[in-house]
Amino acid sequence: MTTVTQPEGRSFRLSMLIYDSRYRSATIQIVALIGFLLLIGWLVSNTAQNLATLGKSVGFGFLGEPAGYDINQRLLDYDSRDTHARAGLIGLLNTLLVAVAGCVLATIVGVIVGVLRLSNNWLVARLMTVYVEMFRNVPVLLWIVFSMAILIETLPPPSAFRGDEPSASMLVGDSVALTNRGIYVPEPLFGRVDEEGNALSWRQGLGDVHLFGDSWIRFDVSLELIVILATLIAGIMVSGLIKTRADRIQNATGLRPTTWYWRAGVIIVPTAIVLWLMGFYLGKPELRGFNFGGGTHLRNSFIALWLALSLYTAAFIAEIVRGGILAISKGQTEAAAALGIRPRRIMSLVILPQALRVIIPPLISQYLNLTKNSSLAIAVGYMDLTGTLMGITLNQTGRELEAVMMTMLIYLGISLLISAGMNVYNNSVKLKER
Amino acid sequence: MKKSVFVGALATAGVIAGAAFAQMDDSDSTLAAVQDAGVLKCGVNSGLTGFAAPDANGRWEGFDVAVCRAVAAAVLSDPEAVEFVPTTPKTRFTALASGEVDLLVRNTTWTLTRDVDLKFTFLGVNYYDGQGFIVPKALGVSSAKELDGATVCIQTGTTTELNLADFFRVNNISYEPVPIETNAEAQQQYLAGACDTYTTDASGLAATRASFENPGDHAILPEIISKEPLGPLVRHGDDEWADIVRWTLNALIAAEEFGITSTNIEELANGTDNPEINRILGTEGTMGEMLGLDAEWAMRAIMAEGNYGEIFEKNIGESTPIGLARGLNAQWTDGGLLYAPPFR
Repeated sequence: MTTVTQPEGRSFRLSMLIYDSRYRSATIQIVALIGFLLLIGWLVSNTAQNLATLGKSVGFGFLGEPAGYDINQRLLDYDSRDTHARAGLIGLLNTLLVAVAGCVLATIVGVIVGVLRLSNNWLVARLMTVYVEMFRNVPVLLWIVFSMAILIETLPPPSAFRGDEPSASMLVGDSVALTNRGIYVPEPLFGRVDEEGNALSWRQGLGDVHLFGDSWIRFDVSLELIVILATLIAGIMVSGLIKTRADRIQNATGLRPTTWYWRAGVIIVPTAIVLWLMGFYLGKPELRGFNFGGGTHLRNSFIALWLALSLYTAAFIAEIVRGGILAISKGQTEAAAALGIRPRRIMSLVILPQALRVIIPPLISQYLNLTKNSSLAIAVGYMDLTGTLMGITLNQTGRELEAVMMTMLIYLGISLLISAGMNVYNNSVKLKER
Repeated sequence: MKKSVFVGALATAGVIAGAAFAQMDDSDSTLAAVQDAGVLKCGVNSGLTGFAAPDANGRWEGFDVAVCRAVAAAVLSDPEAVEFVPTTPKTRFTALASGEVDLLVRNTTWTLTRDVDLKFTFLGVNYYDGQGFIVPKALGVSSAKELDGATVCIQTGTTTELNLADFFRVNNISYEPVPIETNAEAQQQYLAGACDTYTTDASGLAATRASFENPGDHAILPEIISKEPLGPLVRHGDDEWADIVRWTLNALIAAEEFGITSTNIEELANGTDNPEINRILGTEGTMGEMLGLDAEWAMRAIMAEGNYGEIFEKNIGESTPIGLARGLNAQWTDGGLLYAPPFR
């Protein structure tokens, strides 16, 4: 006879929530969640209560009021009678401009420096080490202020270009002026007109299309730009067809026809014809009143911020690139060399494509860093989102909570977009496991 | 492992909550809070010679600083019991609203929005100012209306920014604004020629010019494009505290009107034939008691740095490098706008 000891009834005791490992983790998580929600709820209610005590209400009506201030660098038309929302949009575009320009330059410089740091040339490798250590070990704010100070103190003011014997002169055939207010470069214009606005030639520009009427998101699209882009894209597609044909011939015969002049021609020639038809010319900057007029004005606040952010971030990117390359086994290089591939092509055809999958993830965070660091713009008076919406608008309307929260949300949105875009790219270059 | 994370999270939450609670209960009485702390936290300019700037020994000096000291003398019986908090145009209102300072005396323009919408109380005017332009004489400009196309340096976060936009708009001329955070940076850019002109309150321009190497090479243009009544301000909602600061300022102005100076005040405090002087100095009436202070509050305030006229002459008057004339800031009896309400 066997005695069966019946296990005790599956009675549930409260203490089991803590002492029974089956329930413990769930208990802890639930308690922590409740605590977290309570904390958030308390913060919100405390904020609301304090605002009520101060007699302030939360509202976004101020965004529709006239801003009243001017912004120097604006990618869309704006004047002081436009609304705070419009001013914020102008600031956002300035943030995006410096972020995109910064990411591009930082990537180019970073990749070059990263590769050169591995160079066999002692001097080149050491110089790159000095660059990397110098830039990444000094706070970026100092670099921004330092760049600005250099631009202001070393370049001549516009008045130095004036007079019979000016102490400064313009470069590149009198078309580029370096001043301590920024750099003036020629701007592309279409269709020459005289002073009354009458056309001087039958070749005319196409004008602009106005979108969204008078609302705060209104903007103009230049028809010339659309036509040029369309021509370029068409040219690139034809060029792609030529490449496909060359590939086919190479696969069939082993001989690749020389096509580079065809491929360049189908892009350049139609674009040049379209530009000529639309009366394209370069508007040179010239001294007018206190400043240079005409041309495109790259303000020194933009240049200082752009250079400082790019060079600073490039130092980190260089290290990421170097790490990515070192992660590829030396056997790959040797194998490629054994096949008779030249060193430069080994880098671009064998090493870098494999290194990219190591490089991309940390590169994303560098892009995000650069974008967020651009909010230091106020140090040099660059009117980005922090300068307009979270700067002057906040100050003139006193809407701290709303302005700061909106700015945070916008930065969050930008960062998430960059992450999403880069993740798509990462998926396309990561190791394909088949 | 999980448990320790959890305990850590709880502890963190507790610390945050505790810190937040600690900040909550200062809405009662600013006077009591200041007297408990034994020090007046006064928001001032981060450095504008003549108005608020530390001297060679690190002691804060200036026209605005003197108001802080007078209030400290009235409330705490010690003109030195002031903690000066340097603020920028952008941080000043947040500093005041959040209770970081008890009083803001930072050449701040009295406007309706600030008074009503930002929930502050302006307590009078200690300097009647207006916005002007400074240009190098070499520029050859004699009027602000000739500044078409000029690059203008401007402190961001100030009313001058809005006045500037309006001025150029009304006169239908264009300009290029260069926003700048502090007076010192503006000075650097202006002197390097990165901007043609610098605009701010005319008093600020005079003070800035005084610190140039060659002040004579720079001219302040005749146009004054705005009204800028500068005055001290406190948070809305504590009228007793507002009354104390308002009447301290009035006492300084009235003292000049009645000839009470830091040199003769001891003598006058023994009693005079003029009942108003007696009421100000506390030998007659109960004005100090009404304000929640003792009888000699105004006497101490005046003794701190002198009466309004003495403060003006010592810090920004014609004998100083800043060299401002009294102009609008003369007593009403001398054709100015200073007019203290009666002490009655």
